[in-house]
Amino acid sequence: MAAQLRAEGQVDAATWLRIENFLADYVHRLDDGLIDEWTGFFTEDAVYQITTRENFEAGYPIGIMLCNGRGMMEDRVLALKTANVFEPHTHCHIVGRPDVKQRPDGSIAVRSNFSVYRTMESGETGLFAIGKYLDLIVMEGGQPRFKERRVILDSRCVDVLLVYPL
Amino acid sequence: MNLSPALAEPLAWPEGVARVPFRVFSDPEIYALEQQKIFRGPIWNFLCMEADVAKPGDVRTAWVGETPIVVTRDHDEKLHAMVNRCAHKGALVCLKQRENLESLTCVYHAWNYSLDGKLKSVAFRNGLKGKGGMPEDFDPAKHRLQPLRVATFCGLVFGTFSDETEPLEAYLGAPMSKFLDRNLGRPLKVLGVHSQMIHNNWKLYAENVRDSYHATLLHTFYTTFKVNRLDMDGGIILSDKKWHHISYTKRSTLAAENEYETVHSGQYQSDLAGPELLKAWDEFEDGITHSIQTIFPTLVVHFTLNSLAVRYFVPRGIDKTELFWVFLGYERDDAAQEQMRVMQGNLTGAAGLVSLEDGCINEFVQRGTRTSPDEQAFIEMGGKVAESNESSRATEASVRGFWHGYRDIMGFH
Repeated sequence: MAAQLRAEGQVDAATWLRIENFLADYVHRLDDGLIDEWTGFFTEDAVYQITTRENFEAGYPIGIMLCNGRGMMEDRVLALKTANVFEPHTHCHIVGRPDVKQRPDGSIAVRSNFSVYRTMESGETGLFAIGKYLDLIVMEGGQPRFKERRVILDSRCVDVLLVYPL
Repeated sequence: MNLSPALAEPLAWPEGVARVPFRVFSDPEIYALEQQKIFRGPIWNFLCMEADVAKPGDVRTAWVGETPIVVTRDHDEKLHAMVNRCAHKGALVCLKQRENLESLTCVYHAWNYSLDGKLKSVAFRNGLKGKGGMPEDFDPAKHRLQPLRVATFCGLVFGTFSDETEPLEAYLGAPMSKFLDRNLGRPLKVLGVHSQMIHNNWKLYAENVRDSYHATLLHTFYTTFKVNRLDMDGGIILSDKKWHHISYTKRSTLAAENEYETVHSGQYQSDLAGPELLKAWDEFEDGITHSIQTIFPTLVVHFTLNSLAVRYFVPRGIDKTELFWVFLGYERDDAAQEQMRVMQGNLTGAAGLVSLEDGCINEFVQRGTRTSPDEQAFIEMGGKVAESNESSRATEASVRGFWHGYRDIMGFH
């Protein structure tokens, strides 16, 4: 039965749960301000991209943020901590139920929808971004890691600026 | 000092261009006057990329100030721009950003226009079963989408409402045209687009993008990675009327100056863990590796290392501006060159490692000034006049140039 399900690209319940926990863990760490732990969710050569639906559908390579490899993600973190100037704010992610598919090469393709609420230093809270995550996840030493995480924003327009990863 | 007769409460502008009354950023009456005197006045407004309307039947929505515009290419390959407003009840005719159409039809009552904006047909013009319909004297030739004059240069489409606007190349002037041609004068390829909503008056971004004084102080990523520092050779060129400007830098001439040790930007750890981000090639023989060019009022072209982009900003209300980014490459680029442009795309845009501060800094000025309309900005770095300076960019000359042009066109003498 399990083998039949896997043949359809399905994963077993234990893997599903593990992926769901991994996705939840990612957003909770970010929302709790543990930005230094962000890169640990990725493989060394992972691709992390934030783009828009318009760019994604047109096949345009430039979106809003693109990191090829964990080094570029570390540069992002260092830049936002020491170089970039912006008004203090926090994010709160709400992630919908994921669609989890086993791929023939052993990686797992996951799609999930998200919304991100932003709270400014002034106390103002509002919807900052909505869209979908398109992920490729691999197991490294028994731990799930993103090999690819593409964040596709529904809107072409970012309010004010984007500095924290989503 | 003269008082403008067009305002209920006349504006008293301080002497010269080194002072700007804060009222111009928050007075709704001035904002309304700008729509008329600037955006509908004798200037060329950037509308869209020619690539947006490359094929016959292509239709692209755009804006001039807050006015909705539609740009089309007809079946004779001719470009047109019209106000996106039906001649009947005034509804928007086109809703999609981009489409390809045989003709334009208003969804409200199906008034149909050819791609040049002429009214072709009116639904139920003769009524139904001999009843109703338009009066005998209804003449479709008297009703059309309000046209703008259109002109193109280096893949950019411009439009103007005014019959008095001089030809586009004269409006740009030779130095500006030449530099636009350097950067955009070959087949272009769009690599990505997005926008950001900034919560400030449009003129604060117009100032900000001309402000070479702030560039290396606020944007500390730049300085640290030696992409653009004021101790490199560079300069400022203003157009004849001072409306447009070019700021440029030559990276290879960098000589470390001690002044940088004392500013925040000098303290950043400069060893990138992902150095491919700044992988670049020398693209031009003139040695310029960073430039930013403005065309009054709302067009910007930047070329940082190999990152080429058109930016334009659209007023969305007195304290709201949408800033658009169009990242470009050339058709002739090979895969490795395009990849370098793509990675350098991280430097600018809404999440730009270099530019993201501009998303909030102008809002800080908006919030700081709106309760002090009678106070004024002090803009004397590099002198009190607006002149080109080919030896230093530690100057606010281009900002003063903008205000020179602004005062002139608004009649704030």
